[in-house]
Amino acid sequence: MNTKIDVKNVDLFYGDFKALKNINMSFKEKEITALIGPSGCGKSTLLKSINRMNDLVEGCRVTGSITLDGKDVYKDVDVTELRKRVGMVFQKPNPFPMSIYDNVAYGPRTHGIRKKSALDELVEQSLKGAAIWDECKDRLKKSALGLSGGQQQRLCIARALAVHPEVILMDEPTSALDPISTLKIEDLMSELKEQYTVIIVTHNMQQAARISDKTAFFLLGELIEMGDTEEIFSNPKEQKTEEYITGRFG
Amino acid sequence: MTRTSFDKELNALHGELVKMGALVEDAIAKSVKALEPGGRYLAEEAIAADRQVDDLERSIEARCLRLLLRQQPVAKDLRAISTAIKMITDMERIGDQAADIADLALREESGSISELAHHIPEMARIAVVMVSEAVGSFVSVDLENARRIIAMDDKIDHLFEVVKTELIGILKEQSARADEVINAMMIAKYLERIGDHAVNICEWVEFYETGIHKQTRIL
Amino acid sequence: MKTAVNKFRDGFRARLRHPFSLLAFLLVWAAMLLTVAILAFIVIHILVNGIPYLTPSLFEWEYTSDNCSVVFAIINTLNIVGMALLIGVPIGIFAAIYLVEYAKRGNRVVRIIRLTTETLSGIPSIVYGLFGFIFFNNALGWGYSMMSGSFTVGIMILPLVIRSTEEALKSVPDSFREGSFGLGAGKLRTVFRVVLPSAIPGILAGIILAIGRVVGETAALIFTAGSITKVASGLFGAGRTLAIHMYLLSNEGLHVNESYATAVVLLVTVLLINLLASFVAKKLQKKF
Repeated sequence: MNTKIDVKNVDLFYGDFKALKNINMSFKEKEITALIGPSGCGKSTLLKSINRMNDLVEGCRVTGSITLDGKDVYKDVDVTELRKRVGMVFQKPNPFPMSIYDNVAYGPRTHGIRKKSALDELVEQSLKGAAIWDECKDRLKKSALGLSGGQQQRLCIARALAVHPEVILMDEPTSALDPISTLKIEDLMSELKEQYTVIIVTHNMQQAARISDKTAFFLLGELIEMGDTEEIFSNPKEQKTEEYITGRFG
Repeated sequence: MTRTSFDKELNALHGELVKMGALVEDAIAKSVKALEPGGRYLAEEAIAADRQVDDLERSIEARCLRLLLRQQPVAKDLRAISTAIKMITDMERIGDQAADIADLALREESGSISELAHHIPEMARIAVVMVSEAVGSFVSVDLENARRIIAMDDKIDHLFEVVKTELIGILKEQSARADEVINAMMIAKYLERIGDHAVNICEWVEFYETGIHKQTRIL
Repeated sequence: MKTAVNKFRDGFRARLRHPFSLLAFLLVWAAMLLTVAILAFIVIHILVNGIPYLTPSLFEWEYTSDNCSVVFAIINTLNIVGMALLIGVPIGIFAAIYLVEYAKRGNRVVRIIRLTTETLSGIPSIVYGLFGFIFFNNALGWGYSMMSGSFTVGIMILPLVIRSTEEALKSVPDSFREGSFGLGAGKLRTVFRVVLPSAIPGILAGIILAIGRVVGETAALIFTAGSITKVASGLFGAGRTLAIHMYLLSNEGLHVNESYATAVVLLVTVLLINLLASFVAKKLQKKF
């Protein structure tokens, strides 16, 4: 497997606060990597620094390098292009208050696709890719807000897929969903893995254990341990990791 | 420290395992003694101990499954529980075999077996040591000790071969004693199996600590 | 009505054991009843006094001091409302967009703009009237005209539009913006395609309030749009609005009954404009 994203010596500051401390890790192509750790450990921060969503935060500063296919995302890649290649799914389903169709077409339209036939195809393809086509093919013109929480989240995944990303970042994508919707999204993730590199932040350790290939454990802005998920959940090398995954922490 | 109630359950599980180990030790020690002259009264006690072992196995099994269901243990916790599930099977078998030996002891005239095959007391001694040490190495998670016991099994296997050859010799010369010989043979076999189960327990102790079982990482 | 009575009875019974809770409960209901009663009193008073004088002659095209026609005033009112909105709403919305979406939080310019808009909203409308008279009528030489009037009230409603748009934009969840940025969209696209459409109901509520202010305005218009009793002849023509018409009618004391009838017309006009606005709001919302 090739390395898709390489994080080298990354420090991240919010003003004077150092949120990430010398992070070194790499994400392999077509694998699911789960980032786990207690709240405020920096896992979401790291996720957001990959597609530069941290740019929106005032006083946020990144040093070191994050490369996508060898190109520094802070120097050599245009941010629009970067976010097209690195899609994101958020904690709370956030479909736009428009039709299902327009939601999915939003990304492609942003990137200049205007032709109706091309958009139609992209929408269908993406909704199928997110396993929600059957549920909404008859109501494409209806408001996306009429969908259930789980459907909305899959719609958001479809919306992310519509711009043909290479990497999908997921920030606790199921934390607002019921268990069955959660399992559906998890199923979907293992399908997405065939084509995309997936990085997921999760507070649910069973979820990390169920779906991810690699797991990385963060604590207080530091990467404590990263390895094969089975290894991390059976024989973690670090005492801190063991304490965290077995729930004997703090 | 969080997960206090889970930790309490794990402690209780450990306590039950230790208790089961002690019962098994007791059963095998008594059944072996029952073979010696004047030890016959102990046979009943050994059989009673086995019944207790069986009950305990049930209750430990249920507790383990409940913990798996409700706590979704990982890493060391998962190994502790799977070790328990595997280990109680071996302990229960030891208990059964102790009861079987006691049963045979009841049928024989006391002392006749050891007179017939004089290595059997030696085998019995080793088997008792192995079982009690195996349980001990689980209690104190002593890998060193566990490996030593695994090595002891060779001795008991060797003695079994010796006893077998002897008994075959006796059978050839005095076919009238076939009944006794076969009983002695069975006792020897039980003792040899008890050694094997003690080895299994030790192997699970090793797995508990390292995740490796018989040289293979299984967790 | 029956359910309200039932609710009151149930609420009253439930609180019998808690004197303070009961007191608060009664106060809340009293306040509610008082508000409704006052509103009902005003409306009924106007209707009772006005409706009998809603004669066909009131709606004749030409105004004479005999028929007291209000048609010209309705047209002038609509004219001023339309133009004032055309001036005030886009500027107000864009200013609010700048304040919420573009300006950095705590920026000095923003603080100054906020202070200015708050001050503007606190100024009595007669001051706007005088300002409009001096600036638009005289300095720019527009004289008494629809232009002068519209610009004056257009400026007057700015703070209202800015405020309500700001609130509406702020209430759009950040998750929408994140979602849009996350797909590679820029600020402009995010604001116009995602944020603004979701803020439309709030913005429209502000516009409805602004319409109310313009329709009811007299002081600011009497000096700028003039008080001529005919339909304004084009943008630079003068003419009085309904509110001014009513004010002057009752001031003269000769046509008190007709002025009540005019009040009814004013009431209906405001009602119709509000209905139209909420109809537009629903139409727009349905799209999303």
